[in-house]
Amino acid sequence: MRELKDAAYRGVVALLATVALVLLVAPTLVVVLMSFTGDFTLRFPPRSWSVRWYTELFSNSPQIVTAAWVSLKVAVIATAVSVVFGTLAAVAIAGRRDRWAVALDGVFMSPMVFPAMSLGLALLLLLSLAGIRLSTWTLAIGHVVIATPFVIRMVSAAAQQVNPVLLDCAASLGASRIHAFRTITLPLIRPGIVAGGVVAFLSSIDHVPVSLMLADPRTETLPIHLWTILEANLDVRVASVSGIVVAVTIAVILLVDRRVFVERGRAS
Amino acid sequence: MKPGGGVLASAAPALPLAAFFTVAYLLPVAVLAAVSALTALRGGHWTVANYSTFLGDAYHLSILGDTLLLGLQVTLVTLLIAYPLGLAYLRAGPRVRTLLLFLILLPLLTNTVVRTFAWMAILGREGVINAWLVGVGLTDGPQRLLYTRPWLVVALAQIYLPLMALPLNNSLAKIDANLMKASEGLGASRAFTFRTVILPLSMPGAVAGGLLVFAGSTTAFITQTLVGGGRQLFMPLHIYQQAIGVQKWTFAAAISVIFAIAVMGLVYLVNRAARERMRGVDA
Repeated sequence: MRELKDAAYRGVVALLATVALVLLVAPTLVVVLMSFTGDFTLRFPPRSWSVRWYTELFSNSPQIVTAAWVSLKVAVIATAVSVVFGTLAAVAIAGRRDRWAVALDGVFMSPMVFPAMSLGLALLLLLSLAGIRLSTWTLAIGHVVIATPFVIRMVSAAAQQVNPVLLDCAASLGASRIHAFRTITLPLIRPGIVAGGVVAFLSSIDHVPVSLMLADPRTETLPIHLWTILEANLDVRVASVSGIVVAVTIAVILLVDRRVFVERGRAS
Repeated sequence: MKPGGGVLASAAPALPLAAFFTVAYLLPVAVLAAVSALTALRGGHWTVANYSTFLGDAYHLSILGDTLLLGLQVTLVTLLIAYPLGLAYLRAGPRVRTLLLFLILLPLLTNTVVRTFAWMAILGREGVINAWLVGVGLTDGPQRLLYTRPWLVVALAQIYLPLMALPLNNSLAKIDANLMKASEGLGASRAFTFRTVILPLSMPGAVAGGLLVFAGSTTAFITQTLVGGGRQLFMPLHIYQQAIGVQKWTFAAAISVIFAIAVMGLVYLVNRAARERMRGVDA
């Protein structure tokens, strides 16, 4: 009886795990295959194959390219600011149970669950009441708020692994706090900072609600532009943009993963 | 000599971010709350009319309720597929684990618009599922899958699965394998072991992941509009239409505040309830 029950349990688990795996992989696979279609519609599987939508993208789609540049610029600014501020903050609050540290951590992490559309409207109202014009910079400010929690989470995890005895040693040997940070803490938490930076960058590139509220025609980001295309008509060029996005992200991950991996190997 | 005795000295590195968040996050939210209680953006006077309009109207309330329900449905579906995935991850060898981790991260690494677009291609009239349904002969013609609720839930569950799988795998990996062996050695079936040992001990990961999935899917504007379609109206689009569409700024602000309080309030309550129940379980 128990054997039978266990077999049934194992069967259900295996089935659901398979469903999960298919769910994880299929959409990415479909997009990549679809980007090489020769058809004019999103028929799957395509009737013919070609790279026409890629050439179309680079030769005949200035708006998509412009939107991609805006996204890239905003993401770079947002990543830089959130990594610097977020790392400093994470080092200060990581592992502390003081009331101030818990409170700050709560505030810094809350954008992860605060509805982004509400935040976007809040920023838009503040900017318009203060008479500040919308620009790439105002957009980047919003993205810093969105991206910072990821940096804090990653760096905090790394900072909690740093043995405080090392810092006590440095202090008793006469090192200043800044010197100890630079020579002990920073090298040890570098993998966390890199990982935080990557996730922050991806979250900014991916973000829509705040960008939508703060967008004017000059600051339309790539996801918003793609969204308007998809809302209007199912343009196959979206597939080729998607193909490039998938390729670039996987390349970045492999590159960074190697760096983090190498540094980890060196640290241990 | 221990460096930096006072609170201010230890907190100093966090001050730049604290200052930034005050100006770019807390101040805008305060402005939002203030505007929501005004009759007009400029030169208005205080009122609760925006709130009473929303809370006194069944239509507006149903949009809020439906958005929260959507978040709940997506969270349950992700839990249902993340647990088997986590159990498979636990039993796998190191090489398969690396592969599984990469597959779990894969959706997280591609744009939400890309993933949403993939679902449009899968669910569309000429999409994968319809091609298969017609090909096998299960249906005469293509079925309407896009713009239906069940598939919106599935699409969102796929998009947010990594947010559930990562903390859940962490939690599952922390469970002492001896506990499971002991349970089985004492004659418990696998299902019983799952219910009485694995499920309670992995609760911290499930709760952490569940809150992220819930918050994410209630605010997932792109997927809600493209896979859900125009007939299903959820709070993010409602806010956007009221603000940018018809420029009812103060009403849009009030909806935003109500939505934020509803989502953050639920997150807070679940978090607190979970913490009460999980005392002693290592998060």
